[in-house]
Formats: sequence, C-alpha cells, structure tokens
Amino acid sequence: MGRFHRHDESEHGHGHGPDAPVGDHSGYATGTDRIEILERIFDENDHTADANRRDFDQADVLAVNLMSSPGAGKTALLRETLLRLRDRLRVGIIEGDIETSIDADRLTGLGAEIALLNTANGFGGECHLDAPMVRSALSRLPLSNLDLVIVENVGNLVCPAEFHVGEHNRAMVYAITEGEEKPLKYPVMFRSVDLVLVNKVDLLPHLEFSIEDFYRNLRNVNPRVEVIETSARNGAGLDLWCSWLTARHAELAAARARPASAARISPSVSPHG
Amino acid sequence: MHELSICRAITKLVECHADGSTVRIVRLRVGELRQIVPDTLAYCWGLVTEGSDLESAALEIERVPAAIRCAGCRHVHTLTEPILVCPECQGRDVEIVSGEEFLITSLDLMEV
Repeated sequence: MGRFHRHDESEHGHGHGPDAPVGDHSGYATGTDRIEILERIFDENDHTADANRRDFDQADVLAVNLMSSPGAGKTALLRETLLRLRDRLRVGIIEGDIETSIDADRLTGLGAEIALLNTANGFGGECHLDAPMVRSALSRLPLSNLDLVIVENVGNLVCPAEFHVGEHNRAMVYAITEGEEKPLKYPVMFRSVDLVLVNKVDLLPHLEFSIEDFYRNLRNVNPRVEVIETSARNGAGLDLWCSWLTARHAELAAARARPASAARISPSVSPHG
Repeated sequence: MHELSICRAITKLVECHADGSTVRIVRLRVGELRQIVPDTLAYCWGLVTEGSDLESAALEIERVPAAIRCAGCRHVHTLTEPILVCPECQGRDVEIVSGEEFLITSLDLMEV
C-alpha cells in the first residue's frame, strides 16, 4: 500500500516547496496524498442564483430578497405593501416558512401571486432560502405576467445573509423593539443589504430606544445603506418604501430598454428620448 | 444552523474531487466576516457524514482575519470588531481586503 509513499511536492502546487517545514509531513506517516482544490463552497448555490437572475431578467422582473429576524413585522409590512402596489406593479411573492402556510395565508386576496416554500425537509427544517429552493418556486409563478417578485425569506438574521437567491436587491426589516446593537451582533446581514426598513416606529414613544445609537451602529457596519422608517400599523413610510420598489423597477426596465450598442452608435441619443 | 446545508454542499464538492478515494482531511479557509461558526460546522460535519464514505474525514478549518484598507489614507487595519471605519483617519470609504473567504483549499486522500 502507499504507507511509505513519498509525498511528491511537485504534484501538489504551492505551500510545499523543498524548504517546507520538517513538521509538515502528514503525507509520510499516514500514507495520504494531498490535492489542492481552492473551490468556493457557495459556487453551486451561486450558479443557480445566476440562473434565477437570468429568468427574472428575461421576464423584466425585479427580484427583491426581503429578510428579517422572526417577528420584525415582515408579513404585516408586506400586506400593506401589496395593498399600495396593486395598481402600480404586478407582484409575486415567494414565501419561505419552515413549517406552516400562515404567512402565505395572510397575504392571499391582495392581488399578488404567491408561491409557498416550506423548508422543513430533512434535518428539521432549513433556516433560510437558498437558490435551488427559490428556483423550484419560480416554476409556480407566472413570471411573464409580473413586474416584481419579493422573496420573503425565513425569519433569521444569520443564515439568509449567506445565500444569494438571484435577487437584484436586498432589503431587510428591522424592528426597533430588537435593540440598538443588532447591527454589531449580525454584521453580515446588515452589511449585505441595500435598504433597511426601520419598522414599528409607532412604538418609539413607548420604548427606551435610541434611534441615533442604532443609526451609528448601522453606519459602522454598512456606511452606504439606505434607510426608511416604517410602521405597518399607522402606515408611516410605506409610500416611500413602495416608491423605492417602483424606482428600482423603473431603473431596471430603463437599463434593459437601452440597447448595449446604442451609446456606441450615437452618443447623442438620450436614454430618455 | 445553515452550517448543515453548508456541510452538504462541502460533501458534494469533496466527493467530486476525491473521485472514490478515501478522504482523511478536508481543509477549509473561512474568513472572519463569514457568519459561520467553526465548532458548529465541525458538529454538523459529523452529522452529515455519519455512515457515509466521508465518515472518517476530519475537517480542518483555517480562519482568516478580517482586514480593511482605507481609500483615503491607504491604512490597512485588521478588524477586531465588525466596524468598517478607518481607525487612522475615521474614513468610511474602506475596502475589505480579507475576511470574506469561504473555500475548500485541499484534501488529504488515502493512498491506494
């Protein structure tokens, strides 16, 4: 067997030149062979995310990945959003939920197409949506009849941040009841988003919550993030949030309508004219 | 616990590269800006590989510190907390130079 096999440095790339430390001789005693790989672990997910993104693009659909912790008010906010958007954009929702259809039920009857994704398979349920899961839901949405797809991710501030699903933009709902320090505790999530909806602001007078401290923590982890203060309860900020969505959709539509070659052929042609 | 699904992704990659050989060690490089807990990853690795061909494969995790470079003063700073502000000039236009890695770097395979 290969028990005394000489670890052949030349075959195995960097880090094992002739001057490699004497202590690094795992190949001798154990009869093992090292192979270098250097492969990104999220590659497979990201390839599927790219495929989702191409499907969205082909159908002229804006895709927004909406994330939050459990109980931040994501579904209540979405209800109000659908009511306000129904005359402006045709909306589809991909609803991630570990076990139930409760959230999806709360969103029915508001003019949106809804695809429910229960993630409770295998080891007691996933804590996030990944690109293959979203891909399986896409076939149940009439993409060509939609303008906007909102992926309502599983309530969780850790795992969803690591998985791209093919979205154009990422937004999160943060409730002021969660405390000022959340951006520092979950920097990966707060850093990954384009927009934070600071929700439940109707509760500000009742809480010992310093919104200035929250904003300082938020800017420290994500200096460029946009912010809209919202309340699903009294409607504050919801028109701004809907305008944000319609503006992103319009930007995307404008970028697609502009042929890539137009600028080269005639620089004087304005994209608006 | 996204570590579970991450471990499943790792087993797929490892099986593909090992091509039937017995795997002794799987080496990962994990940046500190990743929301991935090495101990949890190791625990999940045990769960996912139990009873499989990869049962005897150990995970070795190399952590990579997070560092930023300031666009204003070019200062490079290793982060001890997730605050993306240059400690020299307080600039906020900073670029992450390391800490976002999440790779399989190498495998040790049993000689046949």
